Parts: sequence; structure tokens; C-alpha cells
Amino acid sequence: MSEVMLAEAEVVTGTAPRFHLATEHHPENGTLFGFWLYLMSDCLVFACLFAAYAVLGRNYAGGPTGAELFDLPLVAVNTSLLLLSSITYGFAMLGMQRGALRVTLFWLAVTGLLGAGFIGIELHEFAHLIAEGAGPQRSAFLSSFFTLVGTHGLHVTFGIVWLVVLMVQAARHGLIPENRRRLMCLSLFWHFLDVVWIGVFTFVYLMGVLA
Amino acid sequence: MDWGVYVCVFDGGAGVSADGRPGGPVGYAGFGGGAIAHGGGAHAGGPHAGGPHAGDGDHHGGDGAAHFTLRGYVTGFIAAVVLTAIPFWLVMGKAFGSANITAAVILAFAAVQIVVHMVYFLHMNAKSEGGWNLLALLFTVMLVVIALSGSLWVMYHLNHNMMPDSMMNMHNMP
Repeated sequence: MSEVMLAEAEVVTGTAPRFHLATEHHPENGTLFGFWLYLMSDCLVFACLFAAYAVLGRNYAGGPTGAELFDLPLVAVNTSLLLLSSITYGFAMLGMQRGALRVTLFWLAVTGLLGAGFIGIELHEFAHLIAEGAGPQRSAFLSSFFTLVGTHGLHVTFGIVWLVVLMVQAARHGLIPENRRRLMCLSLFWHFLDVVWIGVFTFVYLMGVLA
Repeated sequence: MDWGVYVCVFDGGAGVSADGRPGGPVGYAGFGGGAIAHGGGAHAGGPHAGGPHAGDGDHHGGDGAAHFTLRGYVTGFIAAVVLTAIPFWLVMGKAFGSANITAAVILAFAAVQIVVHMVYFLHMNAKSEGGWNLLALLFTVMLVVIALSGSLWVMYHLNHNMMPDSMMNMHNMP
């Protein structure tokens, strides 16, 4: 610790510049940036799926179109669930920032329930489409639709699993630095999924109904 | 965003001094903060695990990148709700006669909403991780734009050139 301070002081005064630290400085700072890079690569996965949908989204093969299939009020409910879960996760982070474990756990639980509601509605929608004969094998439009929306749903599902695991960790070990770091990563992941959903509801649902 | 600097506040003024310095040394000092936080982690956990620690979370001083505020989340949430509600209303209420105009408008709303989420929920700014977060994001955005516009452009022309009637025209060509 004192060595780091010393190195810092030397940089400021400009005497005897040192280009490396004797102590390791990677662990705490590296994780969030590394996780951000993972999210950016995940963003490219979604970009490919969006591109596939953009190319194939009007190839109905004589089957149903988006305007016939999509239930916009249901999508609006789903969107608000995900948006609410974003701010409840924010409340959990504010609780964590104050070191209030119970508050953090409460808002994490609310976030998880909202996420589960989102997945529930999405599965209901998928089941309904498949029952109508508009499954992924019906047309190129439906194949790309199920792949894009399904991949997003899968991400949210794993986000919920991660959230439950972190709730157990936080309840057992408290808001130790490791748990805070993990919660920060999940925060990025969760908000990132909401960003992807903006693209989905605009590009797939709203523009699908317009066409 | 910068976890090292954030945790630093438990160790007294180190975080503030690390953040307050402009220019090159900021990134360096940030790493130093991380190392300090590493050592101070156990001691920081103590008072917090025990119970509420009177008002300690709110004077991080100058640490704009790392400190989340209720106001920030609420502002972002209200903006996001408005930016979501308007496109749904435009489409469901058939506000514009032309589908193309509606499509352009809701895409613009989506772009603005993505920026709002990035700033208020993902806490993106030019300073987090010494600017590397933003650089990685800009690079990704560039790749996404190339992937999307390139796919559409290529496939549009492919469809156009493979149309049965254009094949017929080819036969008539000299």
C-alpha cells in the first residue's frame, strides 16, 4: 500500500519515473472492463441475429405475417416488466452502495420476479405461436424471429439464474468486495439485456406490425 | 464504474485525490486505488456487514464515474418510459398515415432510448476505465453498423438481381 502511494507521488513530482509497480494492480479493476468486453462481443452476436432478421423478416413463405401474429399490448406489458426490472436493479445497487444488505436482497428479489414474469409472458407467446402453426419451421421470417427473441430470452433466463446465485452468496457472506464486484457485473449484464430489448421491440414487433 | 476508485473511499482521501487529478496520471492513480482497495477490502467489509453505517455512502466527493444516485436512475427511468410509450402509441394509434415515416420516427426514438440507457443505467461516460469502455463501445457500434447495413445492402442487391423478371430481361439482352 505504501509502495503504491510512493509510486504515485513520484509520478506527480516527476522525479525518478517508474514504469511498473512492484505490487499486482490488475484484479479489482480488470474484471469490470473484461466483463464490458464480453458484453460488447455479446452485442455482436445480437447484431448478427438482427441482421439475419432484417434480411429474412419479410420472407413469409405464404405463412402468417408479423402484423397478423404480434399482440402489441402483450409486448407493451413485457417491455414495461423489463424496464421496471432495470430500475429495481438500480435500487439494489443503491442499497449495495449504502451497504444495506436487506434492501439489496429485497430489490434483487423484485428484479428476479419481474424477469421471471417477462420470461413467463414470452414463453406463453411462443407456445401460442407454435400452437397456431406459426412455429420456427413455418417460414424464414419465423425462424429468424424465434432465434433472435429466443436468444434474448435465454440471456434473461441465465441472468435470473445468476441473480439467484448472487442473492444466496450475498445472504451467506454479506456485501463483501467480491460480491459487490459480482453484483456490478450482473448490473451491466441486466441493463445490457434491456438495451437489446429496445432493439427487439422496435425493430421486430413495432416495425413488424407496420409492414 | 471504476470499482477501484469507488472502494477507495473507505480508505480516506485516496480515492478523491486519485480522481481529482487531470490528464495522464488519472489512469495510473486509478490502478493504485485498486491496489489500495484490495488491501482495504476486509476492513471495509467489517462495519458494513454489521449494520447500517451512518451516512457513509454519500460523500464520495468528486467521484462522478463510480457513484450511482437515485436521481440518475429515476431520471433515466422516466426518460425511458416516455421514449418507450411514444413509439407504442405511434404504432398502435396509427398516428401517421405513412408506415415509412412511422418506422423512421420509432427507430429514432429507439436510438435515443439506447443512449439514455447507456448513460443512466450502464453509467457509460468518457472517463470510466480511463476511456477504454467508451472506445470498446464505439468500436462495437462501428462493427454493428457495418454488419447490419452491409447485410441489408448485399442481400437487397442479391434479391434484386435474382428476381425472375430480371432473369427474363437478361435473356433479352444483346
